[in-house]
Amino acid sequence: MNKNCLQRLAVGSIALVSGSAWADELNMPVGVTEISRKIYGLHMDIFMVCVVVGCIVFGAMAISIFLHRKSRGAVPATFHESTTLEIVWTLLPAIILVVMAVPATGVLVDIYDAGGEDMVVEIRGYQWKWQYKYLDDDYNRNFDFFSNMSTTQDEIHNVSVKDQNYLLDVDKPLVIPVNRKVRFLLTSEDVIHAWWVPDFGIKRDAVPGMVNELWTIVDQSGTYRGQCTELCGKDHGFMPVVVKVLPQDGYDAWYAAQVKTERARREALSKTFTADELMAEGQRVYDTFCVACHQANGKGLPPAFPGLAGSQVALGPVDAHIRMVYEGVPGTSMQAFGKQLDAAELAAVVHFERHSWGNNTDDVTQPKDVIALMEGQ
Amino acid sequence: MSEASHHHVPAVHDDHHHGPASGLTRWLFTTNHKDIGTLYLWFSFAMLLIGGTLALIIRAELFQPGLQFIEPEFFNQMTTNHGLIMVFGAIMPAFVGLANWLLPMMLGAPDMALPRMNNLSFWILPFAFSMMISTLFMEGGGPNFGWTFYAPLSTTYAPPSVTFFIFAVHMMGASSIMGSINIIATILNMRAPGMTLMRMPLFVWTWLITAYLLLAVMPVLAGVVTMMLFDIHFGTSFFNAAGGGDPVMFQHIFWFFGHPEVYIMILPAFGVVSQIIPTFSRKPLFGYDSMVYATSSIAFLSFIVWAHHMFTVGMPLAGQLFFMYATMLIAVPTGVKVFNWISTMWRGSMTFETPMLFSIAFVVLFTIGGFSGLMLAIAPADYQYHDTYFVVAHFHYVLVPGALFSIIAAVYYWLPKWCGRMYDERLGKIHFWLSFIGVNITFFPQHFSGLAGMPRRIPDYALQFADFNMISSIGAFVFGFSQLLFGYVLIKAIVSGRKATSRVWEGAHGLEWTLPSPAPYHSFTHPPKVVEAEAHS
Amino acid sequence: MSDPSKDTSVYYVPENGWHPIWVAVGVFLLVSGIGSWLNDLQAGVEPSRLILIIGGLILIATLWFWFARVIEENSAGLVNGQLKRSYVWGMSWFIFSEVMFFLAFFGALFYTRVLAVQWLGGEGEKAITGDYLWPDFVPSWPVVQNPDPLVFNNPGESMQAPAITEIGAWSAYLPLWNTIILLTSSFTVHFAHTAIKNRDRTKLNLWLAGTVVLGVVFLILQVEEYVHAYNELGLTLDSGIYGSTFFLLTGFHGFHVCLGTFILAVQLGRALKGHFEPHDCFGFEAASWYWHFVDVVWVCLFVFVYVV
Ligand code: HEA
Ligand code: HEA
Ligand code: HEC
Ligand code: CUA
Ligand SMILES: [Cu+2]
Repeated sequence: MNKNCLQRLAVGSIALVSGSAWADELNMPVGVTEISRKIYGLHMDIFMVCVVVGCIVFGAMAISIFLHRKSRGAVPATFHESTTLEIVWTLLPAIILVVMAVPATGVLVDIYDAGGEDMVVEIRGYQWKWQYKYLDDDYNRNFDFFSNMSTTQDEIHNVSVKDQNYLLDVDKPLVIPVNRKVRFLLTSEDVIHAWWVPDFGIKRDAVPGMVNELWTIVDQSGTYRGQCTELCGKDHGFMPVVVKVLPQDGYDAWYAAQVKTERARREALSKTFTADELMAEGQRVYDTFCVACHQANGKGLPPAFPGLAGSQVALGPVDAHIRMVYEGVPGTSMQAFGKQLDAAELAAVVHFERHSWGNNTDDVTQPKDVIALMEGQ
Repeated sequence: MSEASHHHVPAVHDDHHHGPASGLTRWLFTTNHKDIGTLYLWFSFAMLLIGGTLALIIRAELFQPGLQFIEPEFFNQMTTNHGLIMVFGAIMPAFVGLANWLLPMMLGAPDMALPRMNNLSFWILPFAFSMMISTLFMEGGGPNFGWTFYAPLSTTYAPPSVTFFIFAVHMMGASSIMGSINIIATILNMRAPGMTLMRMPLFVWTWLITAYLLLAVMPVLAGVVTMMLFDIHFGTSFFNAAGGGDPVMFQHIFWFFGHPEVYIMILPAFGVVSQIIPTFSRKPLFGYDSMVYATSSIAFLSFIVWAHHMFTVGMPLAGQLFFMYATMLIAVPTGVKVFNWISTMWRGSMTFETPMLFSIAFVVLFTIGGFSGLMLAIAPADYQYHDTYFVVAHFHYVLVPGALFSIIAAVYYWLPKWCGRMYDERLGKIHFWLSFIGVNITFFPQHFSGLAGMPRRIPDYALQFADFNMISSIGAFVFGFSQLLFGYVLIKAIVSGRKATSRVWEGAHGLEWTLPSPAPYHSFTHPPKVVEAEAHS
Repeated sequence: MSDPSKDTSVYYVPENGWHPIWVAVGVFLLVSGIGSWLNDLQAGVEPSRLILIIGGLILIATLWFWFARVIEENSAGLVNGQLKRSYVWGMSWFIFSEVMFFLAFFGALFYTRVLAVQWLGGEGEKAITGDYLWPDFVPSWPVVQNPDPLVFNNPGESMQAPAITEIGAWSAYLPLWNTIILLTSSFTVHFAHTAIKNRDRTKLNLWLAGTVVLGVVFLILQVEEYVHAYNELGLTLDSGIYGSTFFLLTGFHGFHVCLGTFILAVQLGRALKGHFEPHDCFGFEAASWYWHFVDVVWVCLFVFVYVV
């Protein structure tokens, strides 16, 4: 801790009141949307109301503590009620509150004004990552991807130096265009999460089985960061939200690239891969989805998370292995990855697990095997 | 049942004259309101230390970014149990303890209305909390879903120990319900002649209203944990959309309990300071009647504001507006109370003994907590505040320098009456200043980290929050260890304090001060006649 | 101060007693036992019921001695009017807390029925939920098609009352009979009370016994109804929100009828032993208030769970 922060604390409250530049680091961000600015305005208004009322109340107290103390020879008065006063200090705050309620209502109505959007994205919370699905006008999926925290375990465990975006960085951010009304459909796969970007002034819960709607129009391009704000289990603190807002042409280019990848991905479902291709893709999938529990060396963290090196499942019949990954094990943290990975990815990761860390089965797992097995159900 | 056993039933008057039984059975079998009050108070102090120790573990982990001491899973268990133990173990039992000690003395009664049930209400608690704390040592760990235990994190995704957590909550609920029935019966039925309702001391009034709140909401809590139990073990789908339920329904039912619950923790505190401030201002309480009406209004409003904890769940607009308006309204009656306290001090003749210091700090710091509450009530702004440290700062301001300070003030104020001995005023003042400074260093910076965007319930945080967290952690340790001093002051007073007079404080009014110090085992064996002037301060 | 019931100068404070703490021990063991039993079942382990049974026995035995003691003190004349009023307050507010307990479940019923199920079915303010996530789910009450029938089996049929006009169906409709039974029993217990006031022992015993019998019949019919629901209708606890609300509401009510019947049976036992005077029958009165409360809850259940 440095002297600087004590100073900041001391100056903090004064800075807030005076609205000076100091306030930036201590106060709510003004943000980059009309709504966030309106919210900031409300926040400052109600804050000032509190400051003024506080000055009056604490001022009166201070005067009385100072003047009306026995050690200064104060003699107690005997008055003990006044209906007029009671009415006054009931009505005055009530009026102040009504005055506050009016603009608050206005902002709330604006926030609820969804519709008229330029594009729709579904946001789905998972323990502990976000999935973004870009939808067309009929809510069909164009493409989707997961967004995982990219801060390393070494940084978290103080082994390596922390990045400046420590805990607030992801492998693939949500990308949206600037100045466009983007509508979000928010839901969750498991427990309740909450999606929050302070600079947009939006925070909403992602409730499993239910959909919440929200929208935003961001008027400055840039990268904006937030976090999951509803306790969602072990890694609730490690579930950042990162949104990259691009100018329209940049966005269009990005979008086109995504569509292309998606097309390749769909084609992959009917392709037959070489063992090397499967291993490379499998490694990628494993490192993103499985490594947290089963570890890079395939040894897991027994007893909670079993190792896959030499595992009965990874060396046994391939069907059981696929099914294990596809359906997960209910009641354990081994999730049903069939909902998160497509057949090509599943095939690759299964193949990878059967040919790594000394595992060496003589089969090759192809996407069509996965499709055949799961459709045969 | 048999004829013979009639001989063992003591005659009416015998009982009034004998003192406490000796040995352990005095405490296990007691029906005496003072013994039970003492049990409650020590129990609550023990829980404060346990819950506080958990808070210190939290603050130690949050001292710096990165994981230092504990794993995220364990951190969540600490947060959850800290909240639960403080709310249900420290604050609520302390107020019930005060009620036990004080109500009969203030009303001119020999004891509580239903003494045996009183014993049961207390003795359920140690069992309930043993069960709850034991979950921490069970396989899969203890409750890790926050003190608000939102479904489905607390149902489908909960560790198996949640079953015991549910039953522990049931037991606490049963204890509170019996306790409040007893308090209502005592207040309505045991007043000495002349003690009309509008002559009752405010502490009694606030407890009467609190008891009704408890009675109305603890069963709802029992209902919601029962639904959880069935969702977990019997396949019902209350909180599962796949079967036609809704996880958000859990929150509605929980907060229907939860919001009145926070007023359950503050109304008796209002009562306490309404006793103490007049004493040390040497002036009667200003606006007694309006205090009673304000308390009732707060209690009434507390039933219709619950969804202000859920502004971000995606309620329909009309609901959002209704709950915002209703919540803002609560500032009005609460303001009336604050203004009355200040008018009581105004042109009084004040002295600043330890109970008064804590009471003044209460008024100031509670009001600050109330202001941040009012900010939270503005629904659009709450989109930014919700589930950040701004909320943590808000509720610690109303709970720690609010509820907890009032309890500490009450203990200093009535201790001489309870044990007949004075505490050490100098040490008391040191305790006050350490607490006052510590509490502000701990919780004030949390406003800033919250506004800057730090979510609550996280074991690790981004670098820009580092400074404020470090300050907050230092404050927490200062504040925490000052409470050991409190324990020392109490024990020193009980063991070797100077003898206290029966009035104790120059400006004290009320029936309890007409009794000798320490108060006799059975408070008023013959009801006093109450006259207007002596009734309350 | 001639009227003893107004005399507050003497107040009976019972001496120390062992009962309460043993109740606490009993409750603790009982719920620990239930907890580990449930968890064993969940984990697929052979459950042990030992702690549960020990706890239950301790609880029942202690309560028995406790109430016996209170009755004894009353007959010894130790309980003055003021203490009796405390009992009255105590019992009334206890019943109030029970009302609030049921309110939680009624709240859940109304919430799901009026809001959640509509939203899931694509109606109302949050229609997007149904449109987007549950396109196949049609909102209706009773819910006989769950949003995800793979997770929660659909109930085959509900317990809904027949249409008003179908007189024939009504006559075979158990809940209607149960309503009639419970309403009748409220009258019989009232007649028993009148009999106490009139010092008519025979009538007291008869009406009280009649009430107990009606309570038992009600319970039998309810068991019958549950068996029917499980075996023939496929309506179970795990058949979605309709089954959940239905069984929890009627189940907790049934549990209260059990308790109420038992309490009334105890009062009957006391009546047969010659207890109760016109101005000294608190035990009986408490039991009868409780019974009326159970009755009122049933009427609400009948209206909101079965008919509407
Ligand atoms: C003792 C406990 C206590 C008390 C008294 C209060 C009092 C209030 N609380 Fe607080 N609250 C909590 C305990 C308490 N709260 C807890 C524990 C939580 C978090 C739970 C969790 O999620 O874990 C919480 C959370 C909480 C939220 C949800 C925040 C969120 O999660 O997003 C909100 C939102 O409206 C809120 C509002 C209020 C309001 C308006 C008051 C009002 O009663 C305050 C009224 C008082 C004043 C306003 C000051 C005095 C008045 C005047 C001097 C008059 C004049 C003033 C003006 C007109 C400005 N509280
Ligand atoms: C009801 C009252 C109450 C009280 C009194 C306190 C007291 C304190 N609370 Fe807490 N707190 C809550 C109620 C309360 N709290 C609730 C409801 C939550 C929300 C939980 C949730 O999110 O679910 C919460 C959450 C909460 C958090 C947020 C955690 C998170 O979001 O992850 C933090 C963090 O700083 C915190 C800190 C503290 C501190 C430092 C104190 C200090 O005041 C504590 C002072 C310490 C002591 C009094 C201990 C003294 C003991 C010793 C010095 C050790 C001696 C040891 C032995 C003798 C064995 N509390
Ligand atoms: C959050 C933790 C977690 C993640 C992530 C995870 N697993 Fe698992 N996995 C588990 C657990 C726990 C088990 C043991 C389940 C049981 O109890 O049978 C398991 C078991 C398995 C098994 C069976 C091992 C055996 O010998 O029983 C395989 C194969 C497997 N996982 C593959 C995967 C693959 C492939 C991925 C990624 C796509 C993955 N897991 C991601 C937690 C995880
Ligand atoms: Cu996801 Cu918190
Ligand atoms: Cu609240």
